Amino acid sequence: MLFYLFAILAILSAAYVVLTRNLLYAGFSLLITLLSIAGIYVLLFADFIAVTQLMVYVGGVLVLILFGIMLSSRVHNKSVLSESVNKVWGTLVAGLLLVGLSYAILKANIASLPWLQNTEIEVLGNQKSTVQSIGIKLMTDFVLPFELASLLLLIALMGAAYVATEKQNA
Amino acid sequence: MLAFLLTLGALLGVVIALAYAERKVAAFMQDRMGPTEAGPQGSLQAVADVLKLLQKEDIVPAAADKKLFKLAPILIFAAVFAGFAVIPFSPDLIPAGIGIGVFYLLAIISLDVVGLLMAGWGSNNKYAMLGAMRSVAQIVSYEIPAGLAILSVVMVCQSLDFQEISYQQGALMNQFPGLEYEMNWLFGIEALGINTTTIGGITTWNIFRAPILLVAFVIYFIASLAESNRAPFDIPEAESELVAGFHVEYSGFRFAILFLAEYSMMVLVSLVAVILFLGSWNTPLPNIGPVALAYWTSGTPGELSSIGWGIFWLLSKTFILLFLQLQLRWTYPRLRVDQLMHLCWKVLTPVALAVVLIAGIWRLLMI
Repeated sequence: MLFYLFAILAILSAAYVVLTRNLLYAGFSLLITLLSIAGIYVLLFADFIAVTQLMVYVGGVLVLILFGIMLSSRVHNKSVLSESVNKVWGTLVAGLLLVGLSYAILKANIASLPWLQNTEIEVLGNQKSTVQSIGIKLMTDFVLPFELASLLLLIALMGAAYVATEKQNA
Repeated sequence: MLAFLLTLGALLGVVIALAYAERKVAAFMQDRMGPTEAGPQGSLQAVADVLKLLQKEDIVPAAADKKLFKLAPILIFAAVFAGFAVIPFSPDLIPAGIGIGVFYLLAIISLDVVGLLMAGWGSNNKYAMLGAMRSVAQIVSYEIPAGLAILSVVMVCQSLDFQEISYQQGALMNQFPGLEYEMNWLFGIEALGINTTTIGGITTWNIFRAPILLVAFVIYFIASLAESNRAPFDIPEAESELVAGFHVEYSGFRFAILFLAEYSMMVLVSLVAVILFLGSWNTPLPNIGPVALAYWTSGTPGELSSIGWGIFWLLSKTFILLFLQLQLRWTYPRLRVDQLMHLCWKVLTPVALAVVLIAGIWRLLMI
């Protein structure tokens, strides 16, 4: 029941993001999309992912997007509206993607996957949250991608600092 | 549902007391009388203010973006109030005891920022916009030292659960499922050989368990002042430049909600500081030999006595921190924007990073 609530909210708000012409409303509607997806994560027992989603996307990315829109719109005293171009091709590509994804999902026959049938309903068992197992996995099996991601972020940070520095010699 | 109503009621009471305290403390520090007319010593002044706000006309400016303007106060208050869901009030009284409470709290507070942007933009007013921009820039920057200070506590406690962190800081520790055989040592150093597990009291508070957390506490407290837009970090609301900041266009009930959200934020950050650093709902009195002060003043978990003592100690410590916030407001002048950013990025963040490293090393001494 809760899943359908979150799913409908996510789909409606995502559709609004695409269809509205006001960039700022699209940004705020994205907030609802992200929150409902976080709710769906919680229903899937992925509490850590849900909170990370809030932390990174709502607290970081969305605020950045809103800041960008607010600082750059109303340049000549009127709000910037997004224009729709390539209507035919856009609809065609989106429709084909939908068909392809639906075909793949229906073909996969998810309900009969072996690991899904062996899993117990109490996914977490004695654990209170998934944090502990995620932490151990990150430090053992997935340590290389984890460190690579941190290196990438460091490079991005240095690049941003360099771009933002005033060039005094030039 | 019951937890929701109880928390909301308690919050309203605390905020009204705080609004009154704010005026009286300000008056005392400026050698004035403060409110004296309504009730004895003016104690009903805050209630009268609320009644006045509720009766006022609800004004929505003609040029405002009406939908966003109306939605923003709800979003701001909802974000702050959602943070109270994971706050433990006593050994067995917590609205939602989820395992990643600390992380959830940090994330849900960032929703507040979106509400501030919505209010600033929706008002369609230069001052509101500037105030919102400043406020958001400040909150986003100061989340980093605050987050690092909290991270050092998490490294020492090895838990993201507020209730587990609370139990670790008192004589009742071994009653928490999963902590039955844990030991507390004086200053967290096992080599000293002084076992404080059953002594409890102030000796097991986080700032004593790992004294480096005292530095983390100061960093967190400074950052939390900035996050709740309190002086000396109140440039988003600087009266002399911006009139009132992001809520300049709001009046009546909507202003009351914003006011409530702002004071709730003060209460929330103080509660978090108390829980993470100052022993949560644990008593400050230690057991000294046969004089079991710690047991006498914490009650038995599961009974009414523990709820009473827990709430009493938690709120007393919180009110001390809130008083400190009020006092600081009237002691220090407002910072400039560049000083604010200098303090955050060049002072607090490097120190907080060092504290996280030392806290990790300290944890190794504790086992």
